[in-house]
Amino acid sequence: MVYFLIFISAIFVNNIVLSQFLGICPFLGVSKKIDTAMGMSAAVIFVLTLATVVTYLLQMLLIKWGLEFLQTILFILIIAALVQMIEIILKKISPALYQALGVFLPLITTNCCILGVAILVANGTEKLPMGAEHGMLTGTLFAFATAVGFGLALVLFAGIREQLSMNKVPEAMKGTPIALLTAGLLAMAFMGFSGVV
Amino acid sequence: MSNGLKTLMNGILKENPTFVLVLGMCPTLATTTSAINGMSMGLATMFVLICSNVVISLLKNLIPDKVRIPAFIVVIATFVTLVQLLMQAYLPAIYDVLGLFIPLIVVNCIVLGRAEAFAAKNSVGLSALDGIGMGLGFTLALTLLGAVRELLGTGSCFGLPVFPENYGALVFVLAPGAFIALAYLMVIINKLQKK
Repeated sequence: MVYFLIFISAIFVNNIVLSQFLGICPFLGVSKKIDTAMGMSAAVIFVLTLATVVTYLLQMLLIKWGLEFLQTILFILIIAALVQMIEIILKKISPALYQALGVFLPLITTNCCILGVAILVANGTEKLPMGAEHGMLTGTLFAFATAVGFGLALVLFAGIREQLSMNKVPEAMKGTPIALLTAGLLAMAFMGFSGVV
Repeated sequence: MSNGLKTLMNGILKENPTFVLVLGMCPTLATTTSAINGMSMGLATMFVLICSNVVISLLKNLIPDKVRIPAFIVVIATFVTLVQLLMQAYLPAIYDVLGLFIPLIVVNCIVLGRAEAFAAKNSVGLSALDGIGMGLGFTLALTLLGAVRELLGTGSCFGLPVFPENYGALVFVLAPGAFIALAYLMVIINKLQKK
């Protein structure tokens, strides 16, 4: 039950984009078409889950050696290396998957939701529902659920923007302002979930 | 106008990172719950931006082209760690509020963007001025957005009460208000630029 609640909490109640403000850049950048939004979401789900596991293990080593102050530097390097490695492995093992995710992988290194979630989980400060303990398993589930939440928000937003592109928008609002306004309304809708868990 | 002044003003007005380039949106939206929070986030980013710009422009001839991005990231991450430790020691209250978004300066597109687009090609002095200009532009934008959200949400500005709190619309301090306030600020700026 607790594991189920982690999913509900991370996807709906504390949605990473719409209530935690992480990963806004890809959220605004690759949300013009549903197809690209899907590709980006899949890549984020894949990388975020893996990166969280790896950085969680690394953090245990850092604590053991008393080097916690190196966290930021090492985490970003590990994430960058991991993304490179995933790219190379995918290219060899599954060219089809590489075709689908390839373009998005390099963009992911600078996606702040990856580093953000990795730091949250490594420090044991992620928002978990009552009764769940911070640890490797809950942290990984949290990362996976968060990435799914990111994907959900991104695909929903892309759907709205596809419709919006056919409508007349006031001159001064074209581009980013109308996208932000749409995101604001979407965030308001997600606020309705607060208090569920 | 001299070259230096032009570089400085470029970041504040013509290429304002928030309103014109639309970079670094995560800290912009997340930390501007009040004018003070927005300003401290802006200043922290500005410090990293100036230092990384200077160091990268000093090292630009030593860094091989192929590994330049990882090298830039290491330089930036070093200064971010510095800011993190300094803030923890001297400004713990603000550090608690900004929290996660201080280490996340590493992945702020403005810092890496300026390193790649400006500091890697220009002299040390100009790079420092570019860092100051971009940093000021970012700080001003964050302070403005923070002030608007604080005023509409809680009826005060920089912590000073302007009208009674009961009349504030709390939604502007919460998540949706961030998107909506920034959207309307951009609309106003677009309108003004057209004239």
